[in-house]
Amino acid sequence: MTKWHDLLDKYGKPTRWPYPIRYDEEQEIETDVLILGGGIAGCWAAISAARTGVTVALVEKADTIRSGAGGPGCDHWCVTPANPHSKVDPDDWAKRLVEHPVHAGDPPNGALPISYANGIGTQIQCREDWDTLLEMEQMGGKIRDTDDEYVGAEGRYDDKLMFSPRMSPNHATEVTVRVWGTTFKPALKKECQRLGVKIFDRVMVTNLLTEGGVQGARVIGAMGFNNRTGEFMVFRSKAAVLAMAGSNSLGFLNMELAGYNTFPGSRTKTGDGMAMAWRAGAELTLMEQTMPHGLGTGLKHTWYGGASDASFENIQQVDANGKKLPWPLQGWPDGGAMGPSPENRQKIIKGIQDGTYALPFFGDFPGMPEVERRATWKLMLGEESTTRNIINSYEKAGFDPSRHQLMNYFMIEGTSPSHWLTAGRGGPVVDWDLKSTLDGLYVAGEQMFSAGDHSYAASTGRYAGRKAAAYARQIGEGKISRDQILLEKARVYAPINRNDGIDWKELHAGIARTLQYWCSEFKTEPILNIGLDSLKEIQEVFVPRLYALDPHKLMRGIEDLSLLTHAQIVIHASLARKASSRALFFFRIDCPDIDPPEWNKFVTVKLENNKVKTGERALNYWGDMKANYEAHNKDYTGVYKRK
Amino acid sequence: MPRKEPYALPNIISPANPVIFNPDACTGCNHCVEVCQVDVFIPNPEEKMPPVILHPDECWYCGCCATDCPNQAITFNWPVQQRAYWKDKATGKVLRDHQ
Repeated sequence: MTKWHDLLDKYGKPTRWPYPIRYDEEQEIETDVLILGGGIAGCWAAISAARTGVTVALVEKADTIRSGAGGPGCDHWCVTPANPHSKVDPDDWAKRLVEHPVHAGDPPNGALPISYANGIGTQIQCREDWDTLLEMEQMGGKIRDTDDEYVGAEGRYDDKLMFSPRMSPNHATEVTVRVWGTTFKPALKKECQRLGVKIFDRVMVTNLLTEGGVQGARVIGAMGFNNRTGEFMVFRSKAAVLAMAGSNSLGFLNMELAGYNTFPGSRTKTGDGMAMAWRAGAELTLMEQTMPHGLGTGLKHTWYGGASDASFENIQQVDANGKKLPWPLQGWPDGGAMGPSPENRQKIIKGIQDGTYALPFFGDFPGMPEVERRATWKLMLGEESTTRNIINSYEKAGFDPSRHQLMNYFMIEGTSPSHWLTAGRGGPVVDWDLKSTLDGLYVAGEQMFSAGDHSYAASTGRYAGRKAAAYARQIGEGKISRDQILLEKARVYAPINRNDGIDWKELHAGIARTLQYWCSEFKTEPILNIGLDSLKEIQEVFVPRLYALDPHKLMRGIEDLSLLTHAQIVIHASLARKASSRALFFFRIDCPDIDPPEWNKFVTVKLENNKVKTGERALNYWGDMKANYEAHNKDYTGVYKRK
Repeated sequence: MPRKEPYALPNIISPANPVIFNPDACTGCNHCVEVCQVDVFIPNPEEKMPPVILHPDECWYCGCCATDCPNQAITFNWPVQQRAYWKDKATGKVLRDHQ
């Protein structure tokens, strides 16, 4: 195995950086529509914009072929009520989802008193993500059991579509399609290339360009640098789509156990989009929504962590003696509910203590009918984001689902929460064009507040792309401020002009610790204000000491600056919401009333002349979802007819 | 394995081996270098050799390098603390991924 110190041994000195260094060079690209982030939302935005005939450039921090949370794969195409087997009306279903939101990973039975769902994104998803899935198939993505591998599986129809029990108790809805999502991302990149989208891989976007360099003005492009060569990039555009998701690692101290944090966030999700939208003056909402990370983070295993567990569809969970647990099957009878209800959770904990249930728990794969076991093991795990590893590597190690029960890590590490905190549910306020409050800036996918998962990213990306293209067609070029570019170059390159100080990992941990101390579940105004002071100190004292030795470490350092800004936004938003909310998992000791009616609204924050300005929007600020969707999409042409 | 000459080196980054390359199957095509989201690998200075693992600490275990390798030259390698447990239903014995 070749590691860096092996090269040192071999050559007697460290090898040269493998890519040409171009810190002092600048490339300028002009395009009609600029897509920022090449994950699922970004690729779909690029494709739908390019199909309208405008020029499109797409910028991606990794390589578009497998980048983003959905790059490795996807097993569920959730929320597609317009499919031919659906038993619900798309508009009714959208309304129901907004009133009672359900997301993968949400606490089960989370019948919350108030919904902070995104009515615009949900309506778009319900109306358009079946069309989106058909276009995915047209591009070469596999969405049906064309090889007849799963004949006889429950939920498989004559047209070879396979449905998941999720949100479909006893087939009541049929709104979630099982898909072969490992085929999706390479097909999306190929379609981008076929349509002439100019792809800039390995480029980290660091900031937006605004008309005349003014905060709050129209967005007319973006800047960034190549994370292998260090070359500075200036993109001039008529319209831009922000599709970078939130940040996954804002509260994580340890950067070495990223492997535990394998779902749902790509390692590259570092709040860059949120930070640049904020600096440009966009209005953001739900930024106060931070909570214990429900997924694996290195400190505890929890659900769906790196080494997997048995929380997969249709599998009976049993205790160490084979006794059935009061745990949903995640199957047809319980509509794919993903974990025990709060009452059953308490029942299980009590049962562990009094000997009713013996740890550890297991998922009883051998107890499943053969075709269902195969569908869960090979199709669902084999096609989901980062879990294809699991079937390959466990099978190599001797795991046989027909004989072996896979361990479920629930409660084996005790009851304490895994890790405070995660912050990814907020985002820019959007209108019915998925436009932010800034002209020229559109938003898609997980970058949006209260976003859904893969199919949400795909359908909102596809929608934002065509809206951005329509805007680009009717507007001229903006006036670039050279000063804005020079300021950004100075900011981005500062760490490489130092060769000593603090590295990106130390800075990252410092930001995470600040949030853990000063923005925990025990919030008061004085505590939050100490947090703001602490972040200011980091900005003024420690950021000027940040150094980077190569373009890769420079990227990690600049990501820290995004996280620092993201952390500041979180605290400003937390100060602005002067009430506690169970719906938002947001608790202020100095404002103890839970969800008081006068605070059932979106609190917003933005920068105006570099001063924080707070505001609000009504919970249903989007109005009548069906009527407004239709009013804004009279020209919608449905599934793309490939020429 | 022969002993290495001791140099004054910092600790090895750990976990250090997210994947294992089969040098006989690897052609040094560097496709894995391209699909990796976080640049765990850099191309080997020598042509046709497996890539160098430079940033193992940044691996998020997505597995795309192993899945997409055109020569099946990459074996995924869970760090010790992430090895899975399972139980033989017939014997009741709890087993662990001990590859």
